[in-house]
Amino acid sequence: MKAHVTVSLKPGVLDPQGRAIHHALEGLGFGQVSDVRVGKVIELDVADGTTVAQIEEMARKLLANTVIENFRVDLG
Amino acid sequence: MKTAVVVFPGSNCDRDLMVALELVTGQAPIPLWHDSNELPEMLDLIALPGGFSHGDYLRSGAIAARAQIMREVMSAAGRGTPVMGICNGFQVLTESGLLPGALMRNAGLDFVCRDVRLEVVNTQTPFTSTYAQGEHITLPVAHHDGNFQADRETLDRLEQQGQIAFRYAEEVNGSARNIAGILNDRRNVLGLMPHPERVVEPAHGGTDGRRMFESLLNVLA
Repeated sequence: MKAHVTVSLKPGVLDPQGRAIHHALEGLGFGQVSDVRVGKVIELDVADGTTVAQIEEMARKLLANTVIENFRVDLG
Repeated sequence: MKTAVVVFPGSNCDRDLMVALELVTGQAPIPLWHDSNELPEMLDLIALPGGFSHGDYLRSGAIAARAQIMREVMSAAGRGTPVMGICNGFQVLTESGLLPGALMRNAGLDFVCRDVRLEVVNTQTPFTSTYAQGEHITLPVAHHDGNFQADRETLDRLEQQGQIAFRYAEEVNGSARNIAGILNDRRNVLGLMPHPERVVEPAHGGTDGRRMFESLLNVLA
C-alpha cells in the first residue's frame, strides 16, 4: 500500500526557492503566475492496515518540521 | 575540562573543533559516534560540529537530530550540561527541539562562505563571558541553510529573555532580526551558524573564536 505525505511550507514562511522559480517563470513569459511555493512529496510503501494516524505520527516525528511546515497524508 | 564532540556521518568540522578544544583546554576531546547510546561521565561540554550530516537529506540536521546519541545529549542538556552546536550542529539542535525556530535556505539562495561581523548580544552565558556586551567580533560562516526563522512570539521571547547570543552586524542570510546564535532558556545550550573553531590562533587570521572556548574554560575550570 502506498502513502503519500505532502509537506509544504506554512503560509507566511518566506520561500526564497519559490520566489526564484517564480522569477524564472516570469522570465519565460508566464506572467499569469502570482506566487510559487515549493514543497515535497514523500512516497511510502507501507504494510496493509497502516492507519492515517500512524503516518501522521511519522510526519510529526520526522518527515515534516512542524515549526515551519504543514503536511497532508494520503493513504491508498 | 572534559569535552566531547559528536560525529555524525557527513560531519566535516569535527576535527577542527577537536583541535580547537584541545588547544584551549589542554585536553583532547572525546569523539562520540552518532549511534552510541551512552555518554562519558562528567562531561563539561558536548559540542555538535558543522558539516552535512546525512547529506542534509530531508532537511539539514533532521536525521542527525533523531540519532541515538541525541537522546543522551538531550537528557544531558536537561541536567544542565553545556551543549554547543556550530553550523550543522545548530541545525541539529533546532531539529531536535533543544532550541526553538528553524534554519532555512539562505534568503539569497547562495551558499555564503566568508568572514562576517557579529555583535555579541549577551555576555551572561558560559559561552560568551570573555566578550564585551555589544562588542563586534569577526567569525567565518560557511552555510546554505542559515536563515533563522521563528514566529513573532518566539522571536520576541528570545529577545526579552536574553536568549539571543549573537547577531549579524551585516546582511548575511536573511535571518529574522539578524540572529546568528541563540540560547535555550537555561542558557546552557548555544547554537550558532558562524564557526568559532576556525579562528583560534593568529595563523587563522583571527582569534575571536578562541574566546568562546576560553569562556567555557573560565566558567568550568
